[in-house]
Amino acid sequence: MSKTVDARGLSCPQPVLMTLDEIKAGETNKIEVLVDTDTSKENVARAAQSQGWTVTDTAEDNGGYKLTIKKE
Amino acid sequence: MKNFLATRWGIIGVGVCIGVLAPLLQKMGNPGNMGICVACFERDIAGAIGIHRAAVVQYMRPEIIGFVIGALFAAYLFREFRPRLGSAPIVRFILGVLAMVGALVFLGCPWRAALRLSGGDGNAILGLLGLITGIWIGTLFLKSGYNLGRSQKTHVTAGWMLPLIMLGFLILMLIYPYIAGQNKNGVLFYSIKGPGAMHASLFISLAVGLFIGIIAQRSRFCTMGAIRDYVLFRQTHLLFAFVALIVAALITNVVLGQFHPGFKGQPVAHTLHVWNFAGMALAGLAFCLAGGCPGRQLFMVGEGDGDAAIFVLGMIVGAAFCHNFGLASSPKGLGPHGIAAVIVGFAVCLFIGFTMRKRIT
Repeated sequence: MSKTVDARGLSCPQPVLMTLDEIKAGETNKIEVLVDTDTSKENVARAAQSQGWTVTDTAEDNGGYKLTIKKE
Repeated sequence: MKNFLATRWGIIGVGVCIGVLAPLLQKMGNPGNMGICVACFERDIAGAIGIHRAAVVQYMRPEIIGFVIGALFAAYLFREFRPRLGSAPIVRFILGVLAMVGALVFLGCPWRAALRLSGGDGNAILGLLGLITGIWIGTLFLKSGYNLGRSQKTHVTAGWMLPLIMLGFLILMLIYPYIAGQNKNGVLFYSIKGPGAMHASLFISLAVGLFIGIIAQRSRFCTMGAIRDYVLFRQTHLLFAFVALIVAALITNVVLGQFHPGFKGQPVAHTLHVWNFAGMALAGLAFCLAGGCPGRQLFMVGEGDGDAAIFVLGMIVGAAFCHNFGLASSPKGLGPHGIAAVIVGFAVCLFIGFTMRKRIT
């Protein structure tokens, strides 16, 4: 079951904090993160990788990005 | 496309570039240990347009204009210009004012704290410790849910407002250039002595500003984020760039003969350790609550962030408060109301931090 983190419009470091909260909740091994800047996209990807997660997809979404991150 | 400057070695390279260019600007005329200081230079801009009349700190700094326009150029080139605003603008304005109060009690932003250290100014150690402490307090609020709410997409015009103001400043500077020995030309004020009278040539300053604006936008360089991300996540990505800046500036200063270790008699600095610490702690807390160091706020303006623009205007207006109301320090010591301003500033930051912790849906 995948979860969605909607971090659109939030400034640093909220997108990373929200993503890490969801990762640490440990309820899922697939999270979709919505962000609206390239900085947030890169920061979320870096944070996810530091937790041993993999970015499996980065899609443009409504002027921002939808990142899909997974724990294998 | 892979963004090389946002990789570990890319952003370290950006830190090195800034660390080399800032002392070179000092060599070419900028004030001592102030090759680049975002707070000081915004304060000089406030003086140039006459919203404060401290005669020694009035100059339209092209570096600041270059930061915004360079970042705007890079954001357009790489399709990252995203006009947005509406995330608690009035709070960001106040945080900008308070960040400037703290910075001018210490006499420098985080960039200058690093440059002062690399020029041998021991007082910068107190400033940097204060900066770390202020940011640490900010991370406690972030952990307990502090946020400024979401921004909204907006018109391109809105994202262009502060970049256009900066272009207007540049045009004014070309129409009314600095004339040696004159304290005013047309609508612009100029210092004829003091730090405001020390500057590299307009075109060199502007070129360096544009270059740094471009590479800093691409790399997301942020001095506050460097410390915040380490404290919050033990992440060293930005921190390495900040350390690279200090090391590169140290080496450049030694090579240029600008390294003079000591506490006393340092350029544009005072030796009041408690207030160097407290001033920078206030600035660090305000930067942390606002989501970026003063440099990063300028680069975000270039990306179309109208909230960052409000923060920048807060800093410029805050500089006017500092000099009009005796809050700013000088090499002689604190301003008459500097201590009161720091205490009130902390109280306001804590109020904002404690009361804006609602979870956003």
